[in-house]
Amino acid sequence: MRIDVKKTYKLFIGGAFPRSESGRTYEIANSKGIFIANPAQASRKDLRDAVVSARAAFTGWSGATAFNRGQILYRAAEIMEGRAAQFVDEIVAVEGISSTAAKKQVQEAIDAWVWYSGWCDKIGSIYGSTNQVSGAFYNFTIPEPIGVVGAFAPQKSSLLGLVQTIAPIIATGNTVVVVASQKLPLSAITLAEVLATSDLPGGVVNILTGITAELAPWMGSHMDVDAVDASGLTAAQDKELRIAGTENLKRISTFKAETSPQRILAFMEQKTVWHPIGI
Amino acid sequence: MIDGTANSIKSFLKTLSPVDQVGAEARAAMLATRSIKTSSKSWAIDMAISMIDLTTLEGADTAGKVKAICNKAVRPDPSDPTVPHVGAICVYNDMVKIARTHLDAAGGRDIPVAAVSTAFPSGRASLEVKRVDTEDAIAHGAAEIDMVIDRGAFLSGDLEKVYSEIQYIKSLCEGRAHLKVILETGELVTLDNVRKASFLAMAAGADFIKTSTGKVAPAATAPVVLVMLEAVRDWYAMTGVKIGVKPAGGIRTTKDAIKQLVLVNETAGPEWLNPQLFRIGASALLNDLLMQRMKLRDGHYAGPNYVTLD
Repeated sequence: MRIDVKKTYKLFIGGAFPRSESGRTYEIANSKGIFIANPAQASRKDLRDAVVSARAAFTGWSGATAFNRGQILYRAAEIMEGRAAQFVDEIVAVEGISSTAAKKQVQEAIDAWVWYSGWCDKIGSIYGSTNQVSGAFYNFTIPEPIGVVGAFAPQKSSLLGLVQTIAPIIATGNTVVVVASQKLPLSAITLAEVLATSDLPGGVVNILTGITAELAPWMGSHMDVDAVDASGLTAAQDKELRIAGTENLKRISTFKAETSPQRILAFMEQKTVWHPIGI
Repeated sequence: MIDGTANSIKSFLKTLSPVDQVGAEARAAMLATRSIKTSSKSWAIDMAISMIDLTTLEGADTAGKVKAICNKAVRPDPSDPTVPHVGAICVYNDMVKIARTHLDAAGGRDIPVAAVSTAFPSGRASLEVKRVDTEDAIAHGAAEIDMVIDRGAFLSGDLEKVYSEIQYIKSLCEGRAHLKVILETGELVTLDNVRKASFLAMAAGADFIKTSTGKVAPAATAPVVLVMLEAVRDWYAMTGVKIGVKPAGGIRTTKDAIKQLVLVNETAGPEWLNPQLFRIGASALLNDLLMQRMKLRDGHYAGPNYVTLD
């Protein structure tokens, strides 16, 4: 008779796996209401620390070549493939869906990494432009990463929704603080273990688990968060976040479950450069 | 107590109680867990700002950078006049005159300029060079001299040399400038040495004892600051003279600064909680204190875009 070694589900901040500074955890139950695990319940201070880590990582990550970022996103797909069975087990336990459906979700999540990794070095060519101007200038418009992005992953999809949230944000050099689905956070921490071993620099992706309603107002009012993906919020939380976000003109977006280059562009700013001809 | 001879120094230092290293580390760690919130935190942040020796000690320092930190010293947050000014400006010798002139022009007449002297940071120069270095800084308007001790002499047991050098620099400063003695605790190896060096400096005439140059790691660790605070407390009990303490190096966040204030309050006592007796040598710390101050004032987290770049 052997006692199972259970995993402690912790946060993912700055490349490390700390517990919440508050020491809190909360209970996760499966679809039948049976207890599964006690993940960390992040506090506003964990959110603050995560934003500091994300800001510190931004210069390096946005300064890396697009090709290099693409390789790292692809690497995440490679590592996830090897741990697919673990993701399937967790999704089955938490969401209560069949293992066939769970397997499909894991495969779609892996494919999403591959799809977005391809976009890394193409987005500038396809959505940037050379503009005609009346003068002796070359005039370029180039999409650039916006900075530190806060994100609320969709509440109903434990893994696919999370990957579809993270991948388009970081593909172009943004860094992200993502709050996982409140009731389905276990795959998020397993995903963090994947990202921690995918050559992704610490702090590029920070994953918090906890009570969405508690964290949303602090994300909305944080002056060092440049944009928010609010897909995982209720209508009322979304409204409150948008009001708080006006203070530093955050760009706030919500998305349906989809894989689209528009999700990448939502977290980019168009920068136009004038360059004199002949110099 | 000490008449300057090697024997008198040795016999005086022998009377000091040894430091319990494990105990010092445990006590420093215990005091670091104190939680300072709301109005106490607000008070601590303003106190810490007024204790900062705003420092720039880079080979790449320019007159422009020194002027910029002078402006920042006078009005740390340009948008908020209720923020107190910092304790002092700390620069290399050749920047003293620029800093003094600019502080006066920017309305910071009451902010002293501290100069790092005596062949900072290594201290490896002849006494004559150290004399000129110190005289030069005072002549250009330095009101505080941060000197380094000769760690090589200290570690090889030549305490007389260390003592006489501090005494000599003190005689140059007498009546004109405050003397801060940098022990460079990162090179002193043990806490016992830190205690000995602290007493040696105080006996030789230091007005302040300072942990480090900021060029050597580890710098101002909590146990080291604790031992130095205990030394000034014991010195006060022995002589009735209050000596100041200045941790420098590695104090970058509000949390670090507040931990230092707790150490001061619990070790030397609340009388040391003022810029005349406690200073913090730092540069990046000020921005973090300002961001925390904004958080308390506005109710939401601030970002580095809302404080000045150094």
